[in-house]
Amino acid sequence: MFILEAVGSFVLRILETWGGFIILLFQTLKQCKRIPRMRYVLQQMAHLGVDTLPIVMLTMLFTGMVVTLQTVTEFIKFGAQSTIGGVVTIAVGRELGPVLVGVVAAGRVGAAITAELSTMKVTEQIDALEVMATNPIRYLVVPRLIACMVMLPLLVVFGDVIGSFGGWVIANYYDVSSFMYMQSINSFVVIHDFTGGLIKAVVFGSIIAIIGCYYGLNAGNGAEGVGKAATKSVVDAIMAIFFFNCFLSLLLYR
Amino acid sequence: MLIKLIDVNKSFKDYKVLKNINLSINKGETLAIIGASGSGKSTLLKLMIGLERPSSGQVWIKNEDIAKLNEEELDKVRLNMGMVFQYSALFDSMTVADNVAFGLREHSSLTEAEIGHIVEEKLNTVGLKDFANYMPNELSGGMKKRVSLARAIAFEPEIILYDEPTSGLDPVMAGKIDKLIKYTQEKMHVTSVVVTHDMDSAYYIADRIAMIYEGEIIALEDAHAIKTSSDKRVQEFINGGRII
Ligand SMILES: Nc1ncnc2c1ncn2[C@@H]1O[C@H](COP(=O)(O)OP(=O)(O)OP(=O)(O)O)[C@@H](O)[C@H]1O
Ligand SMILES: [Mg+2]
Repeated sequence: MFILEAVGSFVLRILETWGGFIILLFQTLKQCKRIPRMRYVLQQMAHLGVDTLPIVMLTMLFTGMVVTLQTVTEFIKFGAQSTIGGVVTIAVGRELGPVLVGVVAAGRVGAAITAELSTMKVTEQIDALEVMATNPIRYLVVPRLIACMVMLPLLVVFGDVIGSFGGWVIANYYDVSSFMYMQSINSFVVIHDFTGGLIKAVVFGSIIAIIGCYYGLNAGNGAEGVGKAATKSVVDAIMAIFFFNCFLSLLLYR
Repeated sequence: MLIKLIDVNKSFKDYKVLKNINLSINKGETLAIIGASGSGKSTLLKLMIGLERPSSGQVWIKNEDIAKLNEEELDKVRLNMGMVFQYSALFDSMTVADNVAFGLREHSSLTEAEIGHIVEEKLNTVGLKDFANYMPNELSGGMKKRVSLARAIAFEPEIILYDEPTSGLDPVMAGKIDKLIKYTQEKMHVTSVVVTHDMDSAYYIADRIAMIYEGEIIALEDAHAIKTSSDKRVQEFINGGRII
């Protein structure tokens, strides 16, 4: 009985939070019918992009390098060094790029969104917005959602290029020529390997924004509430990214 | 009758904060609300502007029961209202000037120059004209309070709700704020509801004073009647527990 009870309450809790995310998503879409202020959107985009680009570059550089490092010797053993560029680039473009950028952004951007909104919540700034007849969802959530949906694919573009570059650095070290590396990218990689990843990035961007805003707007009181909200936001966003990634991979690359 | 509360109850979970509140406030009137800490004063103000919804009862602002409105309709009503929060609630990512300009930028079609002019005037009124470009976290508590006040009056609303506007201010500044509240009433015919702990201020600004005790209104009279009230709870509050 105890186990059943625990499972039951666990499932209920998941349903409750996911219900909350979905309701917030629809409320946000509803607020999009009035054209959002471009100034706020651009502000957020600058904020998110500038903050995250350096970490994204580093993450993807090392990822591209390490993936190549682990595969290149095996490939050479089988005389398949002429495929290494394509394989690494596909792995980066389809999976590693969007997922890792998503995870990095969840930690960097999602946490920042939650911390900012939950601080506004506990210091009654959200109430002040409402009192001044300004819908907090339109003013706070809409620009963040748009900014994340636009900036994440952009970050993934940079990440993909850097990841593939990292692969090239290592491949070169193992005497795979630059020409061979480029040649294999040209012959193996199709545009869909890249665009599919960007579609994922758009989805991950909205996940990060919505979950970040949800936990921010529903934070408990005090500094403790702010901290807890940020942690939950990051954990849930990363979980959601892995879940949707699996789902999207099935949909896009079956 | 501009504000009218009918049989309003408010509970958080099982805890009854406000019990059976009936209250009417006339146009152009200033009502002071007094009462001990935790008696439900802030909650009462939040009910009047729709930040909290009553558990039961009606809250009429002009000719609408705001307890029944959705957010969009509520926002229309709120365009005529302003509120000074107990802890200021300034937007901490914006400068003082942007805080004061916020409502004007969101809801008016004034040009930036006109807005700048109004902002300067309002900051001047609260004695902060040199601080327009400061961030809220660079201000003292009392200064924040005054910015919050400037922000609330910038849009020149018909109704202004003040949650302890003078607590944390020095006596001279508190006096100035009292004068400002009185001025908005006399010159702009603003209807004000002022939560305060400062009895001198209440006597000075208010047409009537309401005392809340454990979530109920136990007295609602003019300053003279409050001073001479025979209710022991009222006497204890206004004399600060010192029996005279
Ligand atoms: N959001 C909330 N959730 C639960 N309880 C609340 C909430 N807001 C207020 N309360 C409770 O309602 C009661 C009245 O609170 P309120 O803030 O209205 O008091 P107050 O009269 O303004 O006090 P003070 O003079 O200290 O500001 C308190 O006991 C408080 O614990
Ligand atoms: Mg209060």
